[in-house]
Amino acid sequence: MPTSVLPETGPEVPEKSRMRSIVLWTTVALLGAVAWGVLALARGEEISAIWLVVAALGSYAIAYRFYSRFIARRVLKPDDRRATPAERLDDGVDFQPTDRRVLLGHHFAAIAGAGPLVGPVLAAQMGYLPGTLWIVAGVIFAGAVQDMVVLFLSMRRDGKSLGQMARDEIGRAGGGAALIAVFTIMIILLGVLALVVVNALAHSPWGTFSVAMTVPIALFMGFWMHRIRPGRVVETSLIGVALLLLAIAGGGWVQNSSLADTFTLSPTTLVFCLIGYGFVASVLPVWMLLAPRDYLSTFMKIGTIALLAVGVVVAAPVMRADAVSEFATSGAGPVFAGSLFPFLFITIACGALSGFHALVASGTTPKLIQKESQVRMIGYGAMLMESFVAIMALIAAATLEPGLYYAMNAPAGLLGTTAESASHAVAGLGFTITPDQLTQAAKAVEEQTLIARSGGAPTLAVGMSEIFSGIFGGTAMKAFWYHFAIMFEALFILTTVDAGTRVGRFMLQDMLGNVWKPIGRVNWKPGIWLCSGLVVAAWGYFLYTGATDPLGGINQLFPLFGIANQLLAAIALTVCTTILVKSGRLRWAWVTGAPLVWVVAVTFTAGWQKVFSDDPKVGFFAQRARYADALDAGQVLPPAKTLDDMHTVVTNSTVDGVLITLFLLLVTVVIVNAAVVCVRAVRSRSPLPTTETPYVESRIDMPEQADEPLAGARL
Amino acid sequence: MNARQWARAVRWYLRELTGEADYDRHCERHRRHHPLAPVPTRREYEVQRTRHRETHPQGRCC
Repeated sequence: MPTSVLPETGPEVPEKSRMRSIVLWTTVALLGAVAWGVLALARGEEISAIWLVVAALGSYAIAYRFYSRFIARRVLKPDDRRATPAERLDDGVDFQPTDRRVLLGHHFAAIAGAGPLVGPVLAAQMGYLPGTLWIVAGVIFAGAVQDMVVLFLSMRRDGKSLGQMARDEIGRAGGGAALIAVFTIMIILLGVLALVVVNALAHSPWGTFSVAMTVPIALFMGFWMHRIRPGRVVETSLIGVALLLLAIAGGGWVQNSSLADTFTLSPTTLVFCLIGYGFVASVLPVWMLLAPRDYLSTFMKIGTIALLAVGVVVAAPVMRADAVSEFATSGAGPVFAGSLFPFLFITIACGALSGFHALVASGTTPKLIQKESQVRMIGYGAMLMESFVAIMALIAAATLEPGLYYAMNAPAGLLGTTAESASHAVAGLGFTITPDQLTQAAKAVEEQTLIARSGGAPTLAVGMSEIFSGIFGGTAMKAFWYHFAIMFEALFILTTVDAGTRVGRFMLQDMLGNVWKPIGRVNWKPGIWLCSGLVVAAWGYFLYTGATDPLGGINQLFPLFGIANQLLAAIALTVCTTILVKSGRLRWAWVTGAPLVWVVAVTFTAGWQKVFSDDPKVGFFAQRARYADALDAGQVLPPAKTLDDMHTVVTNSTVDGVLITLFLLLVTVVIVNAAVVCVRAVRSRSPLPTTETPYVESRIDMPEQADEPLAGARL
Repeated sequence: MNARQWARAVRWYLRELTGEADYDRHCERHRRHHPLAPVPTRREYEVQRTRHRETHPQGRCC
């Protein structure tokens, strides 16, 4: 049985604690305000990243203490005397009351991944200030609110999924559109994330070797945990982490040995390796590959993020990027095209507002909550933590020399392949880096080149290696820390790809099962293979086009990913707002309604520009027309080099444009359908029937626990 | 808290987070509901848990 009782802090003397609390929160507010003041007033001088950390943490503390409490008290009104589904339906498997600290860890591990690490790095092209403002304000008023409200609503409905809630609350059309949107959006997400891995590992024998080693390590762990020492997860994970560190160190040796060529792979080869891996991981039993990888990834995730937080505070690096760069207004940035509004807000999705969280918050987590009031800590709190991860990623990118940042993140077509051409191109953007500096930077982390290593992961890795090597190991360890960071991101992403492919396979089986029964059976092998193959082929297609796109895959696909993710948030917020209105809380509907209006404005403006803009850098169809016209005239437009490249551009921009149109249409259907339902609800004289599961009194007393043992509770 | 209590707290948290402690709870639950039936071994329980995991994929976010 779980051991040792931790003393819970008892109720304090009211008056004294009130005074203390006022003093404490005034101090927090002042600290935060001073930090924001420093950020706002510092111009033309380099400031320490500590100010960013203090500003963010101060804002989070105040938002958690006041805004999330307001939402809980006035809007959601959780009731701790009401039994949660975990208590009522406790089956020891899917449903079981879980200690809130443990559940916070579970929920955080499920929502945090590579997203908050990649987006802010790309958005650093507009300067660190706009990104910071959006990450902090976005999470407080939109992202964390969405997670908390969805979690609460799903908990009141026995852990129903977002799609089911959309169908129940909005209607068949809205529900169906939401379901298709969720599936397609997931495919794009997997494709883009996998592309980040490909860009990080291409032509890097060290990185490729250490990431490839994660497969045998996971297989070994799976075998150990399943066959030799069943269920000993902690010891197995510790062995796994130790092996992983060895694999990273071993990569350095492989790089300098005769094996180097074997692990030097082109992007296209890596694409096929990943596609094959995704398929195998999806059809193998979970204990072999997926489960152990998941443990490994969770351990690395929590460990490295904690390490990064310590690193940023101890090293206190100086921000070298501009607070607001000229690309914020001109919209001509090389990393992604388009102006600050709306494109900054779709580039930084995870960390500020991520629709994908709604899928996690409506599913596993609500089935494990022990007391209703804990949605505040788990929903709102976990999202604040993810937001802090995004702030740290932004810091890591903004502490790099801008010249190096652009040499790494601009598309290959612009930079060319040599240090000279890249240096020249960066000068053309208005920044300086000498060819020698560029070569040195690559040498310091023992990479063949850092030119055009877009996708965010390598940039973050260079930033992290600067921060870490400043504290542990000095310059000699730089290469190790760089590859450590690459491995850590690749591990996250591959875990997301494994799990996502599997989830996608089940969704597809479910959908196709309506058409032809046998496919829906979860243990019919041909059905599993077919659906896995289809899902892998779908994201594999985007991965392949991304890796071979002459215009730069990240440049083309990342906006698509951002728009998709934020549209999912729009669907989630629509469902939340509809439920608030239907349950007679019209007065408070702005809590989710305001972020909904904002995210709709952002995504629809971005989508509109991506479809209709005349600027071929922004609009997919304008781009298509430009290249198709040139093709008709028999010309080759740079950065395309051959007629085949030209054809590729035409096809890709058509597919991307059509997809964005499809997404916008699906979300429009959901929103219009929801609006009709809301109007009907407001006009109706009698309140609409509730969809909540009926009240059952809780038998769990807090803080003392009743006789029923809680999963993870200290007894 | 002293070092020993810290170590225990960390161990408790890790075991709970990874689900390693699930088996203990399962046994306890089993004894309560079926006092006469033998408690499943760790190996049997893990097989059962894996089978469940096989059909209930959990999504990981970006």
